[in-house]
Amino acid sequence: MIDRIASLGRTGLDVIASLGRSGRFLVGTLAGVPQPRVGLPLLIRQLYSVGVLSLAIIIVSGLFIGMVLGLQGFTILSDYGSEAAIGQMIALTLLRELGPVVTALLFAGRAGSALTAEIGLMKATEQLSSMEMMGVDPLRRVIAPRLWAGFIAMPILALIFSVVGIWGGMLVSVEWLGVFEGSFWANMQSSVEFVDDVINGVIKSIVFGFVCSWIAVYQGYDCIPTSAGISSATTKTVVYSSLAVLGLDFVLTAVMFGNF
Amino acid sequence: MESSTYISVRDVVFSRGNRRIFDGVTLDIPKGKITAIMGPSGTGKTTLLKLIGGQLRPASGEIVVAGERVHKLSRKALYRLREKMGMLFQSGALFTDLSTFENVAFPLRVHTSLPEDMIRDIVLMKLEAVGLRGARDLMPSELSGGMTRRVALARSIALDPELIMYDEPFAGQDPIAMGVLVKLIRDLNSSMGLTSVLVSHDVPESLSICHYACIIADGKVIGQGTPEELRQHPSDQVQQFLQGQPDGPVPFHYPAPDAVTDWGVTGAGQ
Amino acid sequence: MAQRTTEIIVGLFIIAGCAALLVLALQVSGLTPKSPGETYTVYARFNDAGGLTPRGKVSMAGVTVGSIREIDLDKDTFQAVVAMEINAAVDTIPTDSSAIIRTSGLLGEQYIDISVGADETSMKQGDAFYSTQSAMNLERMISNFASGR
Repeated sequence: MIDRIASLGRTGLDVIASLGRSGRFLVGTLAGVPQPRVGLPLLIRQLYSVGVLSLAIIIVSGLFIGMVLGLQGFTILSDYGSEAAIGQMIALTLLRELGPVVTALLFAGRAGSALTAEIGLMKATEQLSSMEMMGVDPLRRVIAPRLWAGFIAMPILALIFSVVGIWGGMLVSVEWLGVFEGSFWANMQSSVEFVDDVINGVIKSIVFGFVCSWIAVYQGYDCIPTSAGISSATTKTVVYSSLAVLGLDFVLTAVMFGNF
Repeated sequence: MESSTYISVRDVVFSRGNRRIFDGVTLDIPKGKITAIMGPSGTGKTTLLKLIGGQLRPASGEIVVAGERVHKLSRKALYRLREKMGMLFQSGALFTDLSTFENVAFPLRVHTSLPEDMIRDIVLMKLEAVGLRGARDLMPSELSGGMTRRVALARSIALDPELIMYDEPFAGQDPIAMGVLVKLIRDLNSSMGLTSVLVSHDVPESLSICHYACIIADGKVIGQGTPEELRQHPSDQVQQFLQGQPDGPVPFHYPAPDAVTDWGVTGAGQ
Repeated sequence: MAQRTTEIIVGLFIIAGCAALLVLALQVSGLTPKSPGETYTVYARFNDAGGLTPRGKVSMAGVTVGSIREIDLDKDTFQAVVAMEINAAVDTIPTDSSAIIRTSGLLGEQYIDISVGADETSMKQGDAFYSTQSAMNLERMISNFASGR
């Protein structure tokens, strides 16, 4: 019994210590003056692998989610004779919730795990150490561009996701199910507020982008440099990112859309 | 014949977790010579290199490299000192996303602002020195283990350091690659006047090239001197290590409970 | 891949993001580049503000002329004080107009309708409506009707 309590306490301390380490890690990564001449090409390369390479999965998922929303929404709304409100429903769902959240979940699975594995492998093959021995700070050279890339790519991906989703929803409801196109758009435009819905969605995805890439690079940097360590770090990245995104989504939604 | 000391390690204590890795290690590494640090696996030889390079800090004791106390340096000063150091990692540690050429060019690009054609000349010169000028466009994944280490060696001498540290350069190499590395280490030392520190447990190769060697075991230096002196060393532990005897002061058996408790037999044969 | 190609692709990626934002702004939220414009604030006191919300609309004859800024409780009279911002262009609201809380459709959201009076002076910044009509409570109405009052 005493043992169990002691091990519980130890686990708690471990969690707190690792939180502290990740905070120090973040400060070390972001501290210092950015050097555009060195940093920009590195950032662009990371934007390519984190952002552009995630486009395919984002577009395909966005399309399908929009189409499903169109189908489901039509079935429910047509019971009340208000199919015209489907545009509003699709747009608000995507902009406020599904766009940022699903993008973040897909990002964690696609780009986050890749980041963790890549950095973990660099650690295991002593590339980070050797960089340090060459007088180059790996936090700024390797980690910082990846962190920023995730941070920048996420809102862009979420916006693209929402647009594709709305288009997919329109495809189903207007083209296939025969909702009048004019009322589809008019309803949407009268209910969607640019600042309240679009910008708040973007803010959400910026927060998610930051958290997801932070978790991903930290897990990679902090992993045990063996193949087992890397694989468990990759799993942790996906699990922690997903939990953090869903939890934060609740908090952000309460702050942004809750009436208090 | 006594040359000046380049690195001096004084009473260094270092622990990792609850395990004490070094318990008062003291050794001097002379300038311009090849010094081999040997010892059984798991005695923290690589840790010693990391301490010298300032990647780890000792719990107590002092490490002086080129007149600077490494563990007291500010981050900036430490990074400046490291420009004078080269380190060859066990795995080579080439950057997998850069070609051979770019790998060797990396330290030059980071620490100098030389024009592109000059960087090209230097890189090709360094690659020529390790015999891989023709492999400049290959990616690290296309290199064999021995070639990887040679490229890594070219990279660590790109900035013409004063000190080069080799971490297990011979581990897992075929005899030819090993011969090439032995030749390279010796040539680099004599032609560039580098201070070389070699960490290894390959006794014959290490003793064949080093001017000076020391043996670490159980967190302490158990013997040091020239290869000749070591071969005559009175300590049993040193002799066991040098000759590779399976049993001796380092026992063949890992500490285990009494045979009786494990098998439950009480003197069956008696 | 050549650095140049990567740069171009990443540039396209960022442009796609900006384009998506533009689509969402114009096509989806119907944002037109009109400035918020000059407004002036008037107040109305209601016994029951019902389901009014900030940013709700204020209309005259079905035309939106402003929006609700905030809804507060007057601690002395226990009435709801609604502050609304009226477009400066609409500066001829007679002072004896009344503010009525209405519901769009049967279950839609509630808004304030200004019922025009006949006075010759117009309302200015800080004025309050003389008469108001509180939110219609469907439930109370039905129970009143049922009990015959």
